[in-house]
Amino acid sequence: MESMVARAGLGDILEKVKAGERLTFDDGVRLYQSNDILAIGYMANLVRERLNGDNAYYIYNQHVNYSNICTNLCKFCAFGKDKDSAQAYEMNIEQVKAKIRERLDEPISEVHVVGGIHPDLPYSYYLDMLRGIKEVRPEIHIQGFTCVEIAHLAELAGKSVADTLEELVAAGLGSIPGGGAEVFSPRIRQITCEKKLSGEGWLEVAKTAHRLGLKSNATMLYGHIETIEERVEHLEMLRNAQDETNGFLTFIPLAFHPKNTELADLSKTTGLDDLKNIAVSRLFLDNFPHIKGYWVMIGPKLAQVALSFGADDMDGTVKEELITKMAGGETSGAMADTELIRLIREAGRKPVLRDTLYNVIEEK
Amino acid sequence: MDFVTPKKSGIDFMDMQQINDKVLAGGRISSAEALILLEQGDLYQLGFLADAIRKRKHPEPMVTYVVDRNINYTDICVSACKFCAFFKAPEDASGSILTNDELGRKIEETLALGGTQILLQGGLHPDKPLEFYEEMLRFIKSYGIHIHGFSPPEVYHFAQLSGLPIKDVLIRLQKAGLDSIPGGGAEILNDRVRSETAPRKCTADQWLGVMEEAHNLGMRTTATMMFGHIETLAERIEHLSRVRELQDKTGGFTAFIPWPFQPDNTVLAHLAKTTAFAYLKMLALSRIFLDNVDNIQASWVTQGPKIAQLSLSFGANDFGSTMIEENVVAAAGVGFRLSEAEIRKLVEGAGYTPCQRTMDYTLVS
Repeated sequence: MESMVARAGLGDILEKVKAGERLTFDDGVRLYQSNDILAIGYMANLVRERLNGDNAYYIYNQHVNYSNICTNLCKFCAFGKDKDSAQAYEMNIEQVKAKIRERLDEPISEVHVVGGIHPDLPYSYYLDMLRGIKEVRPEIHIQGFTCVEIAHLAELAGKSVADTLEELVAAGLGSIPGGGAEVFSPRIRQITCEKKLSGEGWLEVAKTAHRLGLKSNATMLYGHIETIEERVEHLEMLRNAQDETNGFLTFIPLAFHPKNTELADLSKTTGLDDLKNIAVSRLFLDNFPHIKGYWVMIGPKLAQVALSFGADDMDGTVKEELITKMAGGETSGAMADTELIRLIREAGRKPVLRDTLYNVIEEK
Repeated sequence: MDFVTPKKSGIDFMDMQQINDKVLAGGRISSAEALILLEQGDLYQLGFLADAIRKRKHPEPMVTYVVDRNINYTDICVSACKFCAFFKAPEDASGSILTNDELGRKIEETLALGGTQILLQGGLHPDKPLEFYEEMLRFIKSYGIHIHGFSPPEVYHFAQLSGLPIKDVLIRLQKAGLDSIPGGGAEILNDRVRSETAPRKCTADQWLGVMEEAHNLGMRTTATMMFGHIETLAERIEHLSRVRELQDKTGGFTAFIPWPFQPDNTVLAHLAKTTAFAYLKMLALSRIFLDNVDNIQASWVTQGPKIAQLSLSFGANDFGSTMIEENVVAAAGVGFRLSEAEIRKLVEGAGYTPCQRTMDYTLVS
C-alpha cells in the first residue's frame, strides 16, 4: 500500500518514518495540510505498531473535579465558573473523601483530580485533599493538578515549583495530568486565555516535575482558532522538552467542544480533524511512548478507529467527568470495561488494563 | 505491489497480493476472494483499495447527497421482523396510517427546504387494497415531487393481496406516480437469515424479482444491506454477489447502501452492535466487490457525523439523504441528526465539494 502513500505526495515522509528519522516542522505542516487520511494514518499506524505492538491500553479510573470555580475563565472552557455564579461549586475534603469511598468496591487504580484556579482555597486544602484521598484508599495512584494548577499552588505556598511539588508528592501526588497546555502559542493564549500560565511556564512546570522523577502527560486543545503552524509549533515544543527530560508518558489531543463556551459560534471538530491530530502527533512526537484517543472527547466509535490511526490508549471507564460534559460532549459518561474490551478486540488489538505508569495490571 | 502482511495464518502473502493487483487493475473479485479480504484483510488494505476504485469511478472531487424526507405512511405491519423496532402489530391499537392532510403538510415542508423527493415506505398493512396506494401516489404526485417509494417487500405484499403479478402491480404504481424504488427490505439476501429473522417477509429471490421487474420497466432503484446480526460473513458476500449478478443483467441499481443493524428496542436487542471498525471494512468491501454499481452511500444516520465523514475515505462517494424526517432507525434508539448545512460542512472538511443530486444522480444546480 506504500504506493498509495506516494500517490498522496507523502512518499518522502514515509521513507523517513520507515527509517525512524525525525520529522521536520515542514513535514508536520504538510501532514496537517493533506486530506489523505488513509496515507497519514497508514504511516502513524507503522509507528504505533513499532512502539506498542498489538497492545491497546485502558485504565480503570475515577475523576474528581473538586471545584469549577476559576479565575482564568478561558474562552474555550464551559466548565470554569466565576465564584459568584449560580453554577459554581466546590467540594470540601470530606466530600472528596466520600466520592472515593463510594467506589471502594471497584477495581480503580487511579484517581484523576483536576479543578480550576480557585481564588481563595488555601494551599493546605490541596495537601489535605491528597492526604484525605490516600487515607480512604491508600493504594490508589493520584494523578492530579495540571501544570497550571501546580504553578498556582506554588504561588499560594510562596515556594518554588520544585519545593511545592515535593510537598504535594509527600502528601500523595503520584503524577501530573496533561491539561492546561491548550496551544502554547502566545497569540492563542492572548486571545483565548490571557490569564492562564504561559506555554513556556507550562513546560517549565512539566520539566521540573520530570526532574523530580514525576511522570506527566501532555495535551493540545485543537479545533478552535489555532493555525496548522501553531499546532506543529506546539508539538515541536513538547518534543524538545521530552528530549530534555523524558518524563512525558502520553500525548492526548483534545478536540475543542464549542457548546456553552464563549467560542460557541465555532464548529465542532470533524472525524477527519480528530484522526489527523492523533495520526500527526503519533508521527511527530517520536519520543512520546503513547498517544491517547480519549473516547469521552471524540466518541467511542472514532476512538476505536483511532487505534488504527496512531493511538494505543483509549483512557478508561471514566465516570463523573464534567469538563467535556459541560461543553456538550455527547458521549461523556461511563463506558463499561467489557465494552472497551470489545471495541479494542474488534479493532484487532490486545486489550491491556494498565495503571497510570503503564504497568500491566492484566492482559485481557 | 507492497502492502500490510495479513496477520492471521491461512492465506499467504502471494494470494493477498494477487487480490490487490487484480482490484487495482480494474478486475472483478470472486466471492472467495471477498471473504479472504473481509476476514483477513487489513483496515488499510481495504481502505486503500476502496478509495482507489472510488477515485477511478468518480475522479471529480465531489460528494453528492439528496434532500428528502422519509415518510412512513403506516407503522402497522404483519411482518414482525425481529430486527425492527418500528412496526406495530395489526392488533396493536397504537398503530396508525397517515391522513392526506398529514402527508400534504410533510410534502410542503420538504419542498420548502429545497427537497426533491419523498422516500415513501411503510409496514405491510394487512388489508389495504392496491387502489389505496395508487390514490396515495396520485395525491403525493399532485405536488410534483419525485416519489422514491415502496420497497420490494411492500410491492410483493401488494401483489399477494391483489392476486396480481408483480409486473402488473408495478405498472399500476408507476402509472399512479411512482418514480423509483428504494432498496429497503433486502436485509441479508439469504433465505436462512431471512427465515430466522423475518420469516413473513419476501424471500431473497422475490426481493430480487421485484427489482428486476422494476428495472425492466425503466425504474431505477437502490439496494441496501442490513448486516451485523445473525448472518455469517459468507452470507454477507452472498448478498453482495446477488446484487452484482442482477446489476450485470439490468444495470438498474443507482447505489448500494450498507448499514449495520441497530439492536436497541428490537427482539434481537441482546446482540452486540457492529463497531465503527467493522462498518468501515464492510463499506470498503462493498465498494471493492460491486464493480458495476456506480455509487456507495455512507450511513450517517447509524454511524454519526464523524464516522460518516471518514467513510468518504473507505469507498463512499455519497452522503445519502438529509432525512428531514426519519423514524425507523430512530425507533432503534439511534439519534443522529444532520442538517444539509452540516452535511455540506463535513464534506468540505474532507476536501470534497458537496453537491445536491436527485435520485438518479443528476446534479441539482
